[in-house]
Amino acid sequence: MSDDQEEEIVCRCEDVSLKELLEAIDRGYTTLDQLKRYLRIGMGHCQGRTCLRLAAGVLARKLGKRVDEIEWPTVRPPILPVEISKLAEVDERDKR
Amino acid sequence: MNVIKDRVEVAIIGGGISGVALAYELSKRGVEVAVFEKNFLGSGSTGRCGGGIRQQFSTEENIRLAMESVKIFERMKEELGWDIEYYQGGYLILAHTEEEVKQFEKNVRLQRSLGLDVQWLERDEINDIVPELDVEGIGAIAATYCPTDGHAYPPKAVWAYADKARELGAHIYEFTEVKGIIVENGRASGVITERGETRSRFVVNAAGAWSPIVAEMAGVKLPNKPYRHEIMITEPLSHFLDPMVISFHDNVYFRQTMRGGIIGGWGDPEEKPGFNFASSLKFITTMARLLRKYIPALKPVRVLRQWAGLYDVTPDAKPILGPVKEVEGFLQMNGYSGHGFMVAPMCAVLLAQYITGEPLSIPLEPFSVERFEKEVRGEVSVVG
Ligand SMILES: Cc1cc2nc3c(=O)[nH]c(=O)nc-3n(C[C@H](O)[C@H](O)[C@H](O)COP(=O)(O)OP(=O)(O)OC[C@H]3O[C@@H](n4cnc5c(N)ncnc54)[C@H](O)[C@@H]3O)c2cc1C
Repeated sequence: MSDDQEEEIVCRCEDVSLKELLEAIDRGYTTLDQLKRYLRIGMGHCQGRTCLRLAAGVLARKLGKRVDEIEWPTVRPPILPVEISKLAEVDERDKR
Repeated sequence: MNVIKDRVEVAIIGGGISGVALAYELSKRGVEVAVFEKNFLGSGSTGRCGGGIRQQFSTEENIRLAMESVKIFERMKEELGWDIEYYQGGYLILAHTEEEVKQFEKNVRLQRSLGLDVQWLERDEINDIVPELDVEGIGAIAATYCPTDGHAYPPKAVWAYADKARELGAHIYEFTEVKGIIVENGRASGVITERGETRSRFVVNAAGAWSPIVAEMAGVKLPNKPYRHEIMITEPLSHFLDPMVISFHDNVYFRQTMRGGIIGGWGDPEEKPGFNFASSLKFITTMARLLRKYIPALKPVRVLRQWAGLYDVTPDAKPILGPVKEVEGFLQMNGYSGHGFMVAPMCAVLLAQYITGEPLSIPLEPFSVERFEKEVRGEVSVVG
C-alpha cells in the first residue's frame, strides 16, 4: 500500500487512519472488539456503521480470512444517539 | 497458534486487570507465569467498567488497598510505558440524609487516620468543586472530596500490564479457556485447557464473576455472586467535569472521560444475581433522569451507547485474596464487588509477595475466604 493510501481515514468520528489500523493489527489486536477498544474505532456518533465494515475488510485481508468470518462486536443500544432529555421522558413499562 | 507451555511456576486463570497485574508483578520477581483467558484480555468486567479509582471507603482494608494502588497508578506510565489516561480529578461523594452525614463523618475520620487527604464540604461548598451540579435539586446536604482519587481507561491498563509482563517472559494465552484444575494429594498442580495441560506450583483464580465456577473445578466453594451492572456513555463534550460524582443514596456515579464523553452507571436495587449481559430500557431511562436532575445542562447531550458487565460480589464487599484451606497452592484473587479495577494493582503486589515468600505489605488474613465462617462487617460505601 502507498503512503497516501495509508493516510486514508477509516473512522471519521474518531479520526483513525488506515495506517493506525494496520499498525494495531500488527501489534496483535486482531478482533474488531479489541480494535474498537484500542483505537476507539466505531465508538463515535455513527456507531461504527461505516468504519467497522471497512475495518472488517482490512482485518480479513490481513488475516487471510473471509469478511464473514470476522466476528462482529455486540451491537449496543441506542442504535442512534438519543438526547438525555428524550430518554428521561420515555416511560419504561417494559420493566427489564 | 503456539502450543501452550507444559510447566510454569504459577498458572493464572483470567485475563482481566487482576490476572495481568499479577502476571507482571510475578514476572518482575523472576517467577515464570502463564495467564489463561477464555476470550480476549479485558473482555470480562475490566473492559466494561467505569475506570473509577477512589480511596474513600468505609473499612480500613479497602482504604489501605486503594491508597497503595493509587501510588502504583501514579507511577504506572513510567513503570509500564503506557499512557493509560490516568487522571486525578478527585471523587465527590454526596450525602443526602443525616444518617449518611453521620456515616461519612466516621469514614472521613478513619480515612484521615490512615493518612488520606479528604475534605469535608458543607452544602454551599459543593458547587466549588462542580459548579454545574444542581445541589438543591438532588437534595445533597454535604459531601466529601478526595483530590487524589481519579480514573483511567481500563483496557489500556490491561494491555500495559500484559505487554510488560510478556516482555519479562510471561506467557499470555488469549482465547484459551480453562476447563479443569489438576489437584494431586490436596495440592493444586496445574490447569487443563482447551489447548492442553499446564503444570504449575500455584494456580490462581482471577476469573472475576466466573470465580465460583472456576473454584468448583478444584472442589472449592466461594460465596461470590454475579450481579449485572449497567453503564452508558454520551457523545464527547469539551472538558468541564473533573471529579467522579457519586451518590450511594441514588446508587449512581458518573464522570467525564479524557475523550470527553460522560460515562456513568446506576445500580438497580432490584437486580437479581445471574450471568445477565442484557441492556435494559429501565437502566437507560433511569440514568437519563438522574443525569438530567444532577446536571440540568446535560439535557441536550446525546447518549451514544449503553452496555452491561458483572459485579463479582462477596457478602462484605471486600475481595477474597490468598490461600484456601481445602486445596494447597490454590490462590484466590476475586470478589472485588464492583471496585476491583482500582484495587487490583495492590492486590497483585500482595499475592506476588505471598507466592515468593516476601514480607507482606498488608496482611492477607482479613481477605481470607475463611472470614465468612464468622460474622462479617461489610463495606458500606458502595454503589450496589
Ligand atoms: C458496569 C461496571 C462498572 C464498574 N466500575 C468500576 C469502577 O469505576 N472502578 C472499579 O474499580 N471497578 C469498577 N467495576 C468493577 C471492575 O470492573 C471489576 O472489579 C474488575 O474489573 C475485576 O477484574 P478481574 O480481573 O478480577 O475480573 P475480570 O475483568 O472479569 O476478568 C476475569 C476474566 O476471567 C476470564 N475467565 C473466566 N472464566 C475463565 C476460564 N474458565 N478460563 C479462562 N478465563 C476465564 C473472563 O473471560 C474474564 O476476562 C465495574 C464493573 C462494572 C460491571
